[in-house]
Amino acid sequence: MENKLEKGLTFNRKIKAEKEFNLKDFFLQWEWLLLLIFIAIHIMNSQLSPYYLNTYTLLDATMTFLDKAFIALSMTFVIIFGDIDISVGSTVALSSVIMAVLYNAGLSMPLAIIVCLLVGITAGFINGILIVKFKELSAVIVTLSTMILYRGIAYIILEDQAAGGFPMWFNFLGWGYIKNLIPVILIAFSVAAVIFYLLLHKTTFGRKIYAIGNNDIASLFSGVKVDKIKLIVFTLNGFMAALAALFLTSKMGSTRPNIASGYELDVIAMVVLGGVSTSGGKGRMIGVLLSIFIIGYLRYGLGLVNVPSQVILIIIGALLIISVLVSNLLYGNKSE
Amino acid sequence: MAEKSSENRMSLERIQQIREFSLIGFIIILSIFVQFRNSNFLTMANLDDLLTNTAILSILAVGMMMVIITRGIDLSIGATLALSGMLTSMLVSVYPALHPLAALLIGTLIGFVSGSIIGLLVAKFNILPIIATLGMMNVFRGITFLISGGKWVSAYQMSDSFKSISTGSILGINNLIVISIFIYLVFYYFINYTRTGRKIYAVGSSPKSAKVSGINVTKITWLVYSIMGSLAGLSGVLWVSKFASAQSNTASGYELNVIAACVIGGISIAGGEGKVTGLLSGVLLYGILENALPMINVSPFWQNAIQGAVILIAVVVSALIKRKTGSSNKIRRED
Repeated sequence: MENKLEKGLTFNRKIKAEKEFNLKDFFLQWEWLLLLIFIAIHIMNSQLSPYYLNTYTLLDATMTFLDKAFIALSMTFVIIFGDIDISVGSTVALSSVIMAVLYNAGLSMPLAIIVCLLVGITAGFINGILIVKFKELSAVIVTLSTMILYRGIAYIILEDQAAGGFPMWFNFLGWGYIKNLIPVILIAFSVAAVIFYLLLHKTTFGRKIYAIGNNDIASLFSGVKVDKIKLIVFTLNGFMAALAALFLTSKMGSTRPNIASGYELDVIAMVVLGGVSTSGGKGRMIGVLLSIFIIGYLRYGLGLVNVPSQVILIIIGALLIISVLVSNLLYGNKSE
Repeated sequence: MAEKSSENRMSLERIQQIREFSLIGFIIILSIFVQFRNSNFLTMANLDDLLTNTAILSILAVGMMMVIITRGIDLSIGATLALSGMLTSMLVSVYPALHPLAALLIGTLIGFVSGSIIGLLVAKFNILPIIATLGMMNVFRGITFLISGGKWVSAYQMSDSFKSISTGSILGINNLIVISIFIYLVFYYFINYTRTGRKIYAVGSSPKSAKVSGINVTKITWLVYSIMGSLAGLSGVLWVSKFASAQSNTASGYELNVIAACVIGGISIAGGEGKVTGLLSGVLLYGILENALPMINVSPFWQNAIQGAVILIAVVVSALIKRKTGSSNKIRRED
């Protein structure tokens, strides 16, 4: 059964490859548009500030946005399913708060980090198991309620306090450089990005994610273990949120229950702008990577010229809607 | 075949009844429990307080119910509420002579415009409701901040007639309660006895069949979000008048309370199901929880977690009940 499906999928891929080998189609791809926007943003930023275009600034800027970018990688999988996970910001807060409290209670830092990751995995697993076991509930309502719940637990633990005082070496995650030039977070993110790229585009696991996104019932009948894969992906999403929590906490030096609020907007905007269709089954990792850097540098550039964060919110919100709008208009919608 | 389906409907109606009765039963048990812990709970003053505090939530819940019935969700209402509240109160601070009714009307209009933009995005351009409202939430919130310049409009800048919108009373009943009762009557009639109201259910049960039977799905979907926006706009004026201050982060996160009340009230997230009477008991239960928890000395920091747990339990339990009766087989998540 498994073999047959793989054969079918490779066959399908072949047809697709033949069909898509067309110069016009090739240049009409979403990723080219993204590349243009990417270049435009750098031109704009360098006009806004004379200090923008140099290696140090460009590399340093990645420190400001790459923590949430980790979540965007796994969120890509979730949105290719046609699902969504809006609990990620709360998962970041919960795992960060638990890590800080345990460390302050005397646990060693490496152990606290492991617990942080375990909390993320558990949070993601709970989302996944609820979504898989209760198919009549959509991912929207499940992750909406866990979004409130997880942040609520973080508030119960830490109330309105902050916790911090981490050892010096922990700051290295968020602030460290390799060879005094390349930020540690950029290297970590690059490794994660390559892994996720290979996972999505070069493994049967990735092909199954697309299959489920296109038609989950047909995939089930073709022998894809839909539930298992969904569970793995939502758990993975929780894990990546915890990973983001590590970098964010290290960057901030301390944590509060209200950190990472609104992260879900940024992360979903990154994925959707990257050309991943919210109706499922469409999108590529390369587009998401481009849009991560587009949104990141856009935010950074606007911050350089003191644009208030609320205005940046307007821009990100509008960007999210416009990108869905344009992709719906250009490529049509699955429901039509 | 016809017999079978009518039997099925009977059982569905019975489930709804059982649901409502068990909700009311739960409300009574909860009230008795709270009363034993704090004897101030079941006093006229506190009940009046409770209803006044729940009034705005209940108004928003009616709109959210219609949105959820069409399989949508609206996360932007907190931001719409803040925008309308801020604009109206700034207007009042410049023109203190503005008639309260005019203020209400202007607020509703601002909400209508915001809602109809979202409606257009969802209905016309097929953007997922969660994406459209998440994006617009931030846009509205940002606009509110920009307009106000981050400043508050405080009590001394508001005219007494404006503040009396929410603090005044008719026949001894607080205006907020009167307004929400009026809205419930109007929408009870609208949802149950008008064609447009019934079409909302049709669109929610199956958008495809609704389209085939000649219902303008785009128009109904747009309408639902516009109504939601208008009610949020109205609530914005009521909110600002009640708390006598308008800030750019007013009602931030309030949409979650509203969704929680709807879900407890038996509005099915899968669409096409939910009644005004059920909604009312959901809103009441939610209002009692919010009022009672501080009275029995539950720390405010627990509120978020309790809220999240309550929504989760409510949706899971209603899914389990439906599964028991086997009617969930008919509900498909994707159409």
